[in-house]
Amino acid sequence: MKALARLLAATAVAAIAFTGAPRADTPADTLVVAKQIDDIITLDPAEVFEFSGGEVIAQVYDRIMMYEPEDTEKLVGGVAESWTVSDDGKTITFKIRAGQTFHSGRPVTAHDVAFSLQRVIKLDLTPAFILTQFGWTKDNVETMVKAIDDSTFSVTTENQLATSFVLNCLSAGVASVVDREEVMAHEVNGDLGHEWLKSNSAGSGAYKLVVWKANDTVVLEANPNDRHGAPKIARVIFRHIAEPAAQALQLEKGDIDMARNLGPDQIASLSGNADIGVTTYPKADVYYLGLNQKVEPLSKPQVRQAIRWLVDYQGMADSFLKGSYKVHQAFWPSGFYAAYTETPFHLDVEKAKALLAEAGYADGFDLKFDCVNTWPQTDICQNIQSTFGQAGIRVEIVPGDSKQVITKYRARNHEMVSLYWSPDYMDPHSNADTFARNPDNSDEAQSKPLAWRNSWEIPELTKLADDAVLERDADKRAAMYIEMQKKVQEDSPFVIMFQSTEQVAARTNVKGFVSGPTFDTVFYRTAWKE
Amino acid sequence: MAEVLRGTGPGTARKAPSLARLSRRAGVLLGTLALTFLGLLFVTFVIGRVIPIDPVLAIVGDRALPEVYERVKLELGLDKPLTTQFVRYVAETATGNFGKSVLTGNPVLDDIRQFFPATLELATLATLLGVALGVPAGVLAAVHKGRWPDHVIRVVSLIGYSVPVFWLGLVGLLVFYARLDWVAGPGRIDIVYEYSIEQSTGLMLVDTALSGNWDAFRDAFAHIILPASILGYYSLAYIARMTRSFMLEQLAQEYVTTARVKGLGEGRVVWRHALGNVMVPLITVVALSYAYLLEGAVLTETVFAWPGLGLYITNSLFNADMTAVLGGTVVVGVCFIGLNLLSDLLYAVFDPRTR
Repeated sequence: MKALARLLAATAVAAIAFTGAPRADTPADTLVVAKQIDDIITLDPAEVFEFSGGEVIAQVYDRIMMYEPEDTEKLVGGVAESWTVSDDGKTITFKIRAGQTFHSGRPVTAHDVAFSLQRVIKLDLTPAFILTQFGWTKDNVETMVKAIDDSTFSVTTENQLATSFVLNCLSAGVASVVDREEVMAHEVNGDLGHEWLKSNSAGSGAYKLVVWKANDTVVLEANPNDRHGAPKIARVIFRHIAEPAAQALQLEKGDIDMARNLGPDQIASLSGNADIGVTTYPKADVYYLGLNQKVEPLSKPQVRQAIRWLVDYQGMADSFLKGSYKVHQAFWPSGFYAAYTETPFHLDVEKAKALLAEAGYADGFDLKFDCVNTWPQTDICQNIQSTFGQAGIRVEIVPGDSKQVITKYRARNHEMVSLYWSPDYMDPHSNADTFARNPDNSDEAQSKPLAWRNSWEIPELTKLADDAVLERDADKRAAMYIEMQKKVQEDSPFVIMFQSTEQVAARTNVKGFVSGPTFDTVFYRTAWKE
Repeated sequence: MAEVLRGTGPGTARKAPSLARLSRRAGVLLGTLALTFLGLLFVTFVIGRVIPIDPVLAIVGDRALPEVYERVKLELGLDKPLTTQFVRYVAETATGNFGKSVLTGNPVLDDIRQFFPATLELATLATLLGVALGVPAGVLAAVHKGRWPDHVIRVVSLIGYSVPVFWLGLVGLLVFYARLDWVAGPGRIDIVYEYSIEQSTGLMLVDTALSGNWDAFRDAFAHIILPASILGYYSLAYIARMTRSFMLEQLAQEYVTTARVKGLGEGRVVWRHALGNVMVPLITVVALSYAYLLEGAVLTETVFAWPGLGLYITNSLFNADMTAVLGGTVVVGVCFIGLNLLSDLLYAVFDPRTR
């Protein structure tokens, strides 16, 4: 017993000694951001295709074309200052800005730009498809992308494409300009510096990468020579804090400055706190239901119509999705060129029942519904299960990890699925290419756009999408995308329901942070602390 | 494993071991280890291949061109039959090449070197707390069987056993971190210290102590104490329950009555004689609970943003990154086997019959 008493006493003393451990607020020149960053698998701009990685490289590299924080929806020159289009519309010649330097101190030249684009094609990693759309291959890319002198380069496309489309693609992560000498100094076995660049940086952006520890931290350090002027925040630290509730607690305590993954519950709990402000930013993701046309009831037009009237769009947006999603029923998000914002559908069970009866399903049918097992998908799926049930459609939810659901979806083994889609670059073709284009519907098809995954055979719409990329008159082109969106909205295997919004909670002394519609348009360089 | 590895009953230990016998025993031991590993690898490999996740998808993402998809599939060797894939994997592992994690892009060994110390530190502190409080609590409960100390301890350990750790972690953070301000929040150390401490061992308490920066040490302690206490509570609950039942069994034995009749003090009877005799099974219990924590307490690591092995393996599994999962599994296997060996050595210390 004495031993026990001694032990308890010692424990108590230790506890008292450490009570009120030294607490340090985040330093004034450092921004600590809590974020789920376990999706980062690489930081080489020729390979990055994940949300968090995309946000990091957007801070580190300048791109040929960019969106700036002053207007995150207006495309302007980045590394490029001006450009001219050849008469045949196939070649764009760019002049780059004078006086730009890489983090290494070397000047940014047109040779670096050409190298960066050629490198993407030669490495041929996931996001390379954004550039291969121009007809570029490993064999021709050196003639299609050329540095003319130190400050001039040209890009040539195989077909005569819409200039706005080409420029938009050149604002994607793959159009990041890398420091050729630095990268090649780390080349191993002809990998064009790929292994090294995965976890290092060689850019000219507002920040340089100091360290990336997978599932743990990313640290960025300000580039005093940034062409926009030295960022006020000297260091941005991303900490991987998976649990939103833990992010909220740390924000309240002032251990972090900003929380990026809070749900409506946490936002509500922070609303009374005068030290914390919540800002809502519209995002470009659209959330939809996919109906596999290989499945008998779903292939009937009346059933597809009925399902459109069985989703409680507004009810969900006003309740558990409040602040996270708004109702949007077209495949291209609102707020952008060629957006279509009509929302004709709402919950109308009687109308749906009549349509089901017309299709011969007055008693409804059984339907398997693949759902990703994380919020908000879980709540959305349950809500859909309940409203579908009112019209007799007996929905069985099949929960799964996102990669598991996508694996099944890509094999066309689903019946109904609920997922979201975010554009790869801010041109409507990015979404039209997947929702309204299906060049080969056979099981052996090489490319698997969303239309293919739902087995939707659409030769006419595919042609319209192909023509729209070539249309050089911007107004005519916009009209073509609106027509496609109307068609997909009226009758297709897609029931587009929502467009997302992001809620960022930060300490009120953090000012100037900008989060645009995509991860490419998140800006830390404009932020400061009061 | 414990049974197999022990291999030596009281009878065999009496004679002085000859060289031939020693080498035979070493051979059996090595053979058992190899078989255990092979089994471990096989089971993990099969799990990785039956989960309905396309591993290529985890690397190239959903939108890669078909050529890119096919090329990566070939690079991963996924076009080969399963048996070939398995044999190739075992052969590479045997040469110490665990391969590269597709998720982090690092050699799996480097990743483990980074993530394992975090888990080791947490699990060790939790087990120390669990033993320091669990064993006395179990003894106390046994001695006062049926009376209030017993009831209190049983209820406390029942709660420890049945409350979800995830919930307990969040409530702990809310109370001790957010409201009372007794401990620090999620993470291993405040960022002001993170980049000023040289991380030579990867164990934050050790590194801060070695650096002589006592503010940093106190900060690291303030970070680890809550997750360690919560995990410690779990191992306490288990250890206290087991200690209680071992002790009850011993206290009913005749030698205890004899000792009391001989006039020995109750303290000596309980703490020296009875407890001394439950040491061997108790060591097994402690070793098992320690090994369990070393696997990585995924949920605790999630709540406390603790970059440990459990989180690493789970995240890799969800991405079908089997090189990482298998590498992590091997480490966990080594821990289990190592702890079994350690318990065997400790048996000899506490039980003269096994010497």
